[in-house]
Parts: sequence; structure tokens; C-alpha cells
Amino acid sequence: MRFREGDRVRVRADDRAGHVRTPAYIRGKSGWVAAAHGEFRNPESLAYGDEGLPKQPLYLVGFRQTDVWPRYPGRPTDTLYVDVYEHWLSPEEGSA
Amino acid sequence: MSQGHGHGHDEHAPIRHDGHSSPLARRARALEALLTEKGVLTPADIRSAIDALVSRTPADGAKLVARAWVDPAFKARLLADPKAAAAELGIDLTSYARLGVVENTDKVHHVVVCTLCSCYPRMLLGPPPAWYKSLNYRARTVADPRGVMREFGLELPPKVEVRVLDSTADMRYLVLPRRPPGTEHVSEAELRSLVTRDSMIGVSNPQPERAHV
Repeated sequence: MRFREGDRVRVRADDRAGHVRTPAYIRGKSGWVAAAHGEFRNPESLAYGDEGLPKQPLYLVGFRQTDVWPRYPGRPTDTLYVDVYEHWLSPEEGSA
Repeated sequence: MSQGHGHGHDEHAPIRHDGHSSPLARRARALEALLTEKGVLTPADIRSAIDALVSRTPADGAKLVARAWVDPAFKARLLADPKAAAAELGIDLTSYARLGVVENTDKVHHVVVCTLCSCYPRMLLGPPPAWYKSLNYRARTVADPRGVMREFGLELPPKVEVRVLDSTADMRYLVLPRRPPGTEHVSEAELRSLVTRDSMIGVSNPQPERAHV
């Protein structure tokens, strides 16, 4: 597990085809690791008859809604949490 | 469910395509035929697996919520290890995906969506309603959750943090809604009947008395 709870992370901005479980609307956005769920078979290869190995750590990543949607119509304190596999995350610049 | 909020219509829509001609349906039938032919599965196995999937109802979710409302120690166990807590009430979730239970309070309100498909805590709520799978709900809940909840009749105070959970991967999420005010003397069995499916998705809150339609 590369990240720990509280780490600042950025979702990779890759545009990848196939059974990708990282929604496009959070790609390139930065947030924080809210929880580590453990390791799971990688659905990106599992979906195509492969074993989905090596397993990928899965994290619950939190975002401020206003960081995801520049014109978010709700409150500035509202948040969004998405489950993201480790290979989609990079450490946020400037974080420890 | 009310027809006024723009999500309820699909549930009664007539089936216009029988699905027999779609490539996915043909692929599924080919796989089914192969598995049966090779003796991996019998048609009865397939039938009973489908029955097991669709026989789940929100009653199991409501059972967990009502117990959590009356028993703080159980609530703590439910939030920490949902499957173990469910097992205490005779609900076996061992064969299902990982489950997270999130608690709504006067400070945080959770609402669940799956923007990529229709991931849903079927093991506790049964099959998802048609609106949950609609593009409209999936696209708008992540971008304007307060607007979507307003259509379900829920207006949250500005000071409450709205927390959207997009269940994109191996986790399923169940919302533990707030116990309605004025139900302090209501029995656990009666409380169960107040716990609605929608309140466990997070688009509404349970009401002290169920509205009669």
C-alpha cells in the first residue's frame, strides 16, 4: 500500500479505454485518502477473462466538490468520495 | 413513490424491446448454453441464482437500521464491521461484495450513487430502482446532490455537509439514516417500517409516520 489515510493524492488524467473504474469526472482532480479498503483483483483486466493479478490496493478518496466542479451549486463544505485503485493515483505535489 | 420528482416514471414504463436481438443478450444466451452443455451449471442453478438475487428486499436493510437506532453498541459494530453485525441478525452476507455502512447525522448527510453502472447494496436492498440506474440520477447526483435530493422532497440545511459516495469499485454502501424525531417510544419492529429504501440510498430521510398514498 503506497498511500495512507490523510495523504494528498491526485487522480491520473489518463484517457484509457476498456473496463476502467475511475470515472472521467475526477481524472486530474486532487483530493485525500479517506480510507484504505485493502487489495482487490484489478477489474481492468479481470473483466476480460484475465486473473486480475497483481491485486491492486483500493482507496476511498475524498474531494471537495468545489475542486471537482468549478461551478458547484451546493455548499463549499460539500464533499464527494470515490473508490479509486492505486495505479490511478499519484502523490500530490508538495505533500509530505 | 411520487411521480412529481421526475425519477419515478421508468418503473412503470412498458417494455419496448424484448432484448432478444441485442448482442449482449445473444452473448449471454450463448454462454448459458455452453455452461449447461458442458455440465458446469444446470438451468435450475441459473434459475435459483436469479431468484436469490431478486428475492432480496429492503427489509433486511431496515432490520439493521432499526436495531442500530435502538442499540448504540450494535450501531458501533455495524459501522465497524457491517457483515459481522448483519450475521448477528441472521443475515448472511458472506458471498457478497465488501460492504460499508455510513451514518447520517445532523452534520453529515450521505447519498449513494454509481456513476459507472448501477453498483448498489443489493444484498440488503434487493435490485435497485429504475431511477437509480438512470443516466439522469447518475450524472446529476455527483454534480448537484442537493438539487437531486430536493426533487425527492429533502431540503438539507446549508450547515450540513453533503457527502456523495460514488461506488465505482469493489465496495457497496448502505446509508444508516437518522432516526426520525418523536420516535423515542416506538418499538424496534415499528421502527423497521419507517426505514424506507430511499432513506438507505440517502435521497430522503425516514419520516415519523409513513405517508399513506
